[in-house]
Amino acid sequence: MNKLAISVVAALLLSACASERVILLPSADGRPSGVVVRDKGGEIVLDKPYAATVRRSGSVSGYQSTPEEVKERFGDALAALPPRATSYTVYFMPGSSDTLTEESLAEFDKVKADLAARSGGEIRVIGHTDRVGSEQSNDAFSLKRAGAVQELLVAAGIKPALIEIAGRGEREPLVPTADEVAEAKNRRVEISVR
Amino acid sequence: MNKVYRTVLAAAMALAFAGTTWAEEAAGTIKTSKGLVNIERGSEKLAAQAGAPVFVSDKVRSGADGSFGITLRDNTLLSGGPNSLMVINKFAYDTTTNAGGMTIGVRKGTLAVATGKIAKATPESVDFHTPTSVLGVRGTEFVVEVGDGSDE
Repeated sequence: MNKLAISVVAALLLSACASERVILLPSADGRPSGVVVRDKGGEIVLDKPYAATVRRSGSVSGYQSTPEEVKERFGDALAALPPRATSYTVYFMPGSSDTLTEESLAEFDKVKADLAARSGGEIRVIGHTDRVGSEQSNDAFSLKRAGAVQELLVAAGIKPALIEIAGRGEREPLVPTADEVAEAKNRRVEISVR
Repeated sequence: MNKVYRTVLAAAMALAFAGTTWAEEAAGTIKTSKGLVNIERGSEKLAAQAGAPVFVSDKVRSGADGSFGITLRDNTLLSGGPNSLMVINKFAYDTTTNAGGMTIGVRKGTLAVATGKIAKATPESVDFHTPTSVLGVRGTEFVVEVGDGSDE
């Protein structure tokens, strides 16, 4: 085989390898979403459910896919998608930093059941504060709050190795307020099971 | 601060940083695994069982009867179908600020994606690489297929 023929075969093989497909799925929360597919030739924006691109012999074209095609090509992958994380919110008794309200303690049973139902389940305990105090002190305080709930979860029988803690400080209020406003609803701890 | 104390502090910090390189935090956890699925870490090949951690630079490879699901630390969900090869090229996540970024390689087969907290906070720091393209996300669920593709 001469040199020219070899390079033609190589080019054909390369383009055969490059069959690629991207399909945007409807978002679980119904909010608008999108994927931008970029290559040397430019970009295509997928921003409607089932909008798709397919690459064949080196060129990309857009098309509208269907739930049927997604099921056929991606059924196995989608069946393996892990369940989404679920959040449970708990509150301390007013003035207390280690005793949860009764309703909050009842959430522990749901957390335990949720964790047990997941294969390879894990927990992140995330503390939050209101906007009273500096950001820095609220970071430390929210982490301390998360640590207190971690201890309670361990006491309730959850393996310590499955729990990590985080403090989001005042960054993620449940009820938005101006700075330095006390808001009991924001002084909370989120137990995220994933 | 006196000089001796400063030297001791510098040494302690150097040790602390050295510690973080070997006690590296996992990028995520295998949650579902069916059929033949391996995690390839350097020259090691480990069975990808539910609960197993995955780290930056790990490859996850499924056989003809295999499929797998991974939840990354920012709650991103990834799952691969049969004959698939996925690589975690980069992953960083700060649980205090939600800042971070990730680059995931889809080398072969099929991958389904539901993006998590990093994509919500900074979508521009999340991308997916196929052999020919880069996919950017805007808070999204999507699927990718790479026919034939690469075994490496």
